[in-house]
Amino acid sequence: MAQGEVAVRAEGLVKHFKDVKAVDGVDLAVPAGTVYGVLGPNGAGKTTTVRMLATLLRPDAGSATVFGHDIAADPAAVRSRVSLTGQYASLDEDLTGFENLVLLSRLYGYDKPASRGRAGDLLDAFGLSDAAGKQVKGYSGGMRRRLDIAASIIITPKLLFLDEPTTGLDPRSRGQVWDVIRTIVAEGTTVLLTTQYLEEADRLAARIAVIDTGKVIAEGTPGELKSSVGAGSIKLRLHHTDQREHARGVLAEAIGAEVELDEDPVALTALLRPGDDTASQGSHALGELSRAGILVEDFSLGQPSLDEVFLALTDGVKA
Amino acid sequence: MAFTETKPQGDQEAPAPVERERLRGLLAVGERPQAPSAFAAARAFGWRAMLKIKHVPEQMFDILLFPIMMLLMFTYLFGGAIAGGTGDYLQYLLPGIMVMSIVMTTMYTGMGVNIDIQKGVSDRFRTLPIWRAAPMVGYLLADVFRYAAAGAIMFGTGMVMGYRPAGGPDGVLLGVALLLVFCFAFSWLWTWIGLIARSEKTVMSISMSILFPLTFLSNVMVDPATMPGWLQPVVNNTPITQLVDGVRGLFDGAVDSGAVLTTLLWSAAFVIVFGSLTVRAYNRH
Repeated sequence: MAQGEVAVRAEGLVKHFKDVKAVDGVDLAVPAGTVYGVLGPNGAGKTTTVRMLATLLRPDAGSATVFGHDIAADPAAVRSRVSLTGQYASLDEDLTGFENLVLLSRLYGYDKPASRGRAGDLLDAFGLSDAAGKQVKGYSGGMRRRLDIAASIIITPKLLFLDEPTTGLDPRSRGQVWDVIRTIVAEGTTVLLTTQYLEEADRLAARIAVIDTGKVIAEGTPGELKSSVGAGSIKLRLHHTDQREHARGVLAEAIGAEVELDEDPVALTALLRPGDDTASQGSHALGELSRAGILVEDFSLGQPSLDEVFLALTDGVKA
Repeated sequence: MAFTETKPQGDQEAPAPVERERLRGLLAVGERPQAPSAFAAARAFGWRAMLKIKHVPEQMFDILLFPIMMLLMFTYLFGGAIAGGTGDYLQYLLPGIMVMSIVMTTMYTGMGVNIDIQKGVSDRFRTLPIWRAAPMVGYLLADVFRYAAAGAIMFGTGMVMGYRPAGGPDGVLLGVALLLVFCFAFSWLWTWIGLIARSEKTVMSISMSILFPLTFLSNVMVDPATMPGWLQPVVNNTPITQLVDGVRGLFDGAVDSGAVLTTLLWSAAFVIVFGSLTVRAYNRH
């Protein structure tokens, strides 16, 4: 693929539902061959944006192209280059996993034997061959997701939309979906991923657009975004309540961070400064605490949460 | 106690992990098949609907039992009162009640279309590069199969009850064919409503409020000549009355070619008007 090729370019996309502005002027430029993350809370307009780009909804204003093809003027050209895995598994629950994939293979134009072969191969590759003959309504959330993604790559698309592919999944299924996404991108497909989880966007995406109330409020690499917010936090739970004040002093001294006392009488949180190396600050803090004779029961390093990103970003807008 | 047998359905079943190498191989297959023809796409959706019947056979119950119930109830409850005897009444009633019960079951098409939208599966269909009406035509193809099955069962029951068609096998087959053509065409009304309605319950209540007056204000059960004068022109000109006249004529061996022609014209009108409204609603959704 050509360097610098743009998979999706959206300018001023707007979509209203009755009097709610679901999407209120979204601009995007998604470089080809990468994972692009669209990060935002429920109701931010992520799904509506994706549905417009996938030609499922017509924008009320603005325009967008997918690999140079206008979504409004030439939807058929767009459709032949994209696949969508929606937020709710886009599968027929009454049919088996195998039948779903055969049906879609037929609809992509494979003949009967080729469709059956393709369906079987995909089920094998996604670890679903044991469930091939079961109705999809009996599948777990993780299995549905994988079948849904399998359906989206019956024909390798140039652009794959994944709308919240891991929402509601247990950690292991989430890891499997991430594996799949990395493999697909490594083979040259562009992925536009929406998510509520900063961690997910951070791990997978080359660039992230943060979207809130229908607008892009920040855009950049994960590193750029995080450094604009802060490096995260160190969370502690102590063994004894009466050591908490002491621990606060030690932490403030050790890493020069602001320390907050939680409502839980044995818990406290140190907020790291932008640019801090979370891991080394964490281990340093842990060493100092044990030297001071403070018994730590639980210790964790937290990335800035989506809440913190939003707070920081919306504060930035107001300031 | 066999704990292993009570494992819940879920990730605990530990499906095999994703196989990255195989996945890579599948992605590398570059050859893209040619998009299917409109007919092939519709046939694939028809196959889907047949699979749904296979997996959820309960849905055939109301489609097959409802007509038999209607036939038995109307013949034996009202036959005496309306025609002075059940035998004569059955001769009059059977073609009409067949039309009524099968036309009534057409509304399931709209509910199926609506459920597809609610469940999100139609989102996937709509991002496929296929003929846009294919999912609906596929539904209708499978539905025509169901109507044919319902028609056969009703006819069989009628024969057992003593119905004898003067039109012979040819007349009966042509009559049923006319009914199926009309149902296929009429169902485009439901695909449209299925697309624009908010939920399957809405589809149901809209369908009922159209179907009940439409099928009862007809010559299915009684001769319109017995109705008040102001009502007769209305009843005589509904598409259902025309269809019943056409089917009854073919069954009885006294073909009413005017009614057959009118029915075909109504069918064409339904396809043109509601077919285009359906495709428009589908594109807009």
